Amino acid sequence: MDKRMSPAEIVGQLEDGMTIGIGGWGPRRKPMALIREILRSDLKDLTVVAYGGADVGMLCAAGKVRKVVFAFVSLDFIPLEPYFRQARETGVIEVMEIDEGLMVLGLKAAAMRVPYIPTAIGLGTDVLRCNPELKTVEADGREWLAMPALKLDAALLHVDRADRRGVCQIKGPDHYMDDLFARAAARTFVSCDELVDTDFFHRHPEEARYVFWERSETSGVAEIAGGAHPSACAPLYGFDVAHFKEYAASVKEEGGWQAYFDKYVAIGEQEYLARAGGFDAIRQLPLPVF
Amino acid sequence: MTNDYSLAELMICAASEAWRGDGEVLATGIGLLPRLAASLSMQSSNPDLMMTDSEAWIVSEPVPVGPRGGYEPKRETWMGFSRIFDNVWGGKRHAMVGPTQVDRYGQGNISCIGDHAKPKVQMLGVRGFPGNSISHANSFFVPSHNKRVFVDGEVDMVASIGYNPARLPKGYSFDDIDIRLIVTNLCVLDFQGPDKAIRVRSLHPGVTLEEVQANTGFELHADAELPVTPAPTAGQLALIAILDPHNLRARQLKDNPPGVRASLAKTGGAA
Repeated sequence: MDKRMSPAEIVGQLEDGMTIGIGGWGPRRKPMALIREILRSDLKDLTVVAYGGADVGMLCAAGKVRKVVFAFVSLDFIPLEPYFRQARETGVIEVMEIDEGLMVLGLKAAAMRVPYIPTAIGLGTDVLRCNPELKTVEADGREWLAMPALKLDAALLHVDRADRRGVCQIKGPDHYMDDLFARAAARTFVSCDELVDTDFFHRHPEEARYVFWERSETSGVAEIAGGAHPSACAPLYGFDVAHFKEYAASVKEEGGWQAYFDKYVAIGEQEYLARAGGFDAIRQLPLPVF
Repeated sequence: MTNDYSLAELMICAASEAWRGDGEVLATGIGLLPRLAASLSMQSSNPDLMMTDSEAWIVSEPVPVGPRGGYEPKRETWMGFSRIFDNVWGGKRHAMVGPTQVDRYGQGNISCIGDHAKPKVQMLGVRGFPGNSISHANSFFVPSHNKRVFVDGEVDMVASIGYNPARLPKGYSFDDIDIRLIVTNLCVLDFQGPDKAIRVRSLHPGVTLEEVQANTGFELHADAELPVTPAPTAGQLALIAILDPHNLRARQLKDNPPGVRASLAKTGGAA
């Protein structure tokens, strides 16, 4: 089976109004090349589910988003994501703001094909007040929040390497919730820094330990070297502090997003890599120290 | 005893007390000073604590903050985010977090200021506050004690559950909530007043109850006699110097004030 697709073919599978889950965490291992492909497309009215970073910010800035399901949107060293903040403070997007763990349970419920998972998380807080669709149930004399399944029409992920059949490896220190995103989604599209032959996984038995979901969860694979940039893809490269600073500063300029878009998005992925300093320079970006 | 310590060091030592007696739990300090406080506790008052490298591993000793030079974290257990939630829900954790707003009930907010539908200021989002607050022990770290943080009324977005009878879920009691200490630049607070009211536990050297109350948007419970927050010991300061080799703690509070206010230091210390 050959699941290779071009980034444009992947985005061609997405439709207006879809609910899209995006893997990674803040500024770490985000499928940014696929996000840029969406930014260049006509897609709109998306509901985005993510542990958000610049993926969410850029989609908001470009007017692609109807609703964001989130617990945070942050670039870590720049705590407040500039364009998400702008979208919230101008009231142009709907939100479902939930706890980080509620998002785990919502994705897990979708993956397990159950309507909800009961939990104490969120009780007594404004998460319930701000999300009237969240219901409570009773058991053992207590109230529980019934976290509904977060069913995704599609998930977009970035991994270190994959084979053409969709065996995906994440070699970095944390796979975050990417496995849950893959399982919660009807279809999962993955960009990878390196496309490998299947026998890559045979050479050293430990390589398969870094595969966190079986290939039946992967619908399409695109090889995009540096595809997580400007987010990190440890251990291959860290996040691009200078690039994020330029991106964050653009929000303060009149027409700042358009200028960023023209410089880094409109020009296509090959020119993007060149303007980001080239692939070799990306591979030299230092890993973050926390 | 020396007066030669900074307010940041006093706060680190006061905050490290949060984990004393906790036993074998995961200690998480969000932000540099709370992380140093947890690290100090693991190296002194509670060696059974577990800490992470703030990325994806539990380490056998706290990782010094800042550039690591040749130091390799002593990783003992994989602890990616998915496993963090497994730990949170099991309850064996005590986090010290930095809410932007705290109210009289101990409800905290890091989500947004203003109306949630269209906030005046969008902040981080509720992050893990709801789950943390109903699952395990929590303490707060407030570097600037004022009425914008300690608000009158309720916080704008209740991100963490507190001791608020009006919001208590059905079948729950205050025993299901465990908020321990609030360490600020003026004092240490706890929840040992009547009906879990916030109480002044100790005042930092030279700080008066009147000053604390004037900077708090709600009434604080306080005994007639209030202890002074203990000064760091030489041993604690030596440990802190190892845990923070680049003295990043000096850059955390505006102008890095001394632990004993200058006017007092001249006259020979706190009364």
